[in-house]
Amino acid sequence: MEHYYQPEIECASREQIKAWQDERLVAQVRHVWDNVPYYRKKMEAKGLTPADVKSSDDLHKLPFLTKADLREAYPYGLVGAPLKDCVRIQSTSGTTGKRVVAFYTQEDIDLWEDCCARAIMAAGGTNEDVCQVSYGYGLFTGGPGLNGGSHKVGCLTIPTSSGNTERQIMFIQDLSATILCCTPSYAAYIGETMKEMGLGPEDIPLKAGIFGAEAWSQEMRRDIENTLGIKAYDIYGLTELSGPGVSFECSAQSGMHVNEDHFIAEIIDPETGEVLPEDAQGELVFTSLTKKAFPLLRYRTRDICTLTREPCPCGRTHVKMQKPQGRTDDMLIIRGVNVFPSQIETVLLNHGYSANYQILVDRVKNTDTLDVQVEMTPEMFTDNLGDVSARQKELAEGLRSMLGLTAKVTLVAPKSIVRSEGKAVRVIDKRKI
Amino acid sequence: MTVNQISVFLENKPGTLTTMTGLLAENGIDMRALSLAETKDFGIVRIIVDDVYKATTVLKDGGFIHQLTPVLAVLIPDEPGGLHQVLEVLRKVEVNVEYMYAFLGGGDVDHAYMIFRVQDVKKAGSALAAKGIKLVNQDSIAEI
Repeated sequence: MEHYYQPEIECASREQIKAWQDERLVAQVRHVWDNVPYYRKKMEAKGLTPADVKSSDDLHKLPFLTKADLREAYPYGLVGAPLKDCVRIQSTSGTTGKRVVAFYTQEDIDLWEDCCARAIMAAGGTNEDVCQVSYGYGLFTGGPGLNGGSHKVGCLTIPTSSGNTERQIMFIQDLSATILCCTPSYAAYIGETMKEMGLGPEDIPLKAGIFGAEAWSQEMRRDIENTLGIKAYDIYGLTELSGPGVSFECSAQSGMHVNEDHFIAEIIDPETGEVLPEDAQGELVFTSLTKKAFPLLRYRTRDICTLTREPCPCGRTHVKMQKPQGRTDDMLIIRGVNVFPSQIETVLLNHGYSANYQILVDRVKNTDTLDVQVEMTPEMFTDNLGDVSARQKELAEGLRSMLGLTAKVTLVAPKSIVRSEGKAVRVIDKRKI
Repeated sequence: MTVNQISVFLENKPGTLTTMTGLLAENGIDMRALSLAETKDFGIVRIIVDDVYKATTVLKDGGFIHQLTPVLAVLIPDEPGGLHQVLEVLRKVEVNVEYMYAFLGGGDVDHAYMIFRVQDVKKAGSALAAKGIKLVNQDSIAEI
């Protein structure tokens, strides 16, 4: 039996969804015009006023927002509500060291948690379930989002956060967790650890998993499903828009329903910015319809994706997006964390190394690995092994603090990193996703 | 009274040390002493050579990162307590030895040479000299 959190919304007619979008977009454009001077200037530059947006059909007229805008407007430039009405921030890494900081009013959090609740119920969750949230809690949106959604569904929620894998398994067993929320690579890791402990899928009561924040293949899905004895569901989101739950998978497991009462999804040509017809592949762009504290209009995700409106057997009517097929920028997602090569470069230069480096990303036993190879420089070299090792450690620590991720640092001989003509090959991603 | 040690950065992968020794061989540079310190992914090879200028030039041209460090080359009598006597002197003047390594000189068999890397070469050098312990300088290294 299919479960819905808000069936009247999730299964609304296309006309009804369009009507919500029309009304909410008009109101949102007015809200942004009145409260976000940064975006108002962008509209004015295109000769637009709120009167030009009469329905969602006029969306294409509006200017885009990009990660560069977020950086320029950091930290308050895109905030649309008085700070006294904001109750929380969440944050993710930005392109050059400055982080993306997104703001929420209490209502924003409420609506975000609704979206996560829809995802949990689409995965079969009800108030009878025990939901273990093994996403990180804190600035990362994964933990707080699914935690809130789990409360809304009425699940008994176990906020383990990530890490301490044997304890995770102990809770799953002792408290009979039926739903697991985490990154797919962590789910795979939990599976590996179970095997090492001599445990199989029959030893745990889990029935479903909600996994997101990084790319994963169908093969990995089958792997996790077999090792944990569950059905594995994908979930998608961005901190800029709220967090996980912008879209989510249903029982059909064939794409993620976008919560269209809160977000309008568009696919554009990343070169020209033109909106592409249905089913075309292009860059995914989102407009937030209901968020007040951080109301982004036409935010370019840089994810390459397709949308489909084919009727879904689950009964939901909201448009489905396919798993992102890649990126239009150089962002890497490593163990669920966004990593930009430029961030790594900043750390290297700050530590006195040259900008000759290479980033090797791989997936070993379903866990992403990050190896930063740096060319040794005469300035950084001494005859003392301890000194050089200490510098290597300092650099690894600097990377950890910038990225929020452990990276291995390998010092290599000068000129050993291949110089290419033109654009340097900074990233070698060996993962097969 | 010091000797210039050349320390070379070596990435830990097959053939890097061979490339370096090949470079020195091609250029007719004679190594008097060598010691290797390594971690899992890189190493530092420390060498004492007959011609420091030439060696550093060819290493630089060969793309090797290196550094010169003044070290003490001490002549140690080949007899029981020979090394101990030297270390005692350094202990008394509170000079810490960061690392050391030994080599044998040419046809001479009644003594060995030992390289000492210390923070304060001046203090250590004069303390040793005051005790009549023989130090070798860069010029005589070439002649050993």
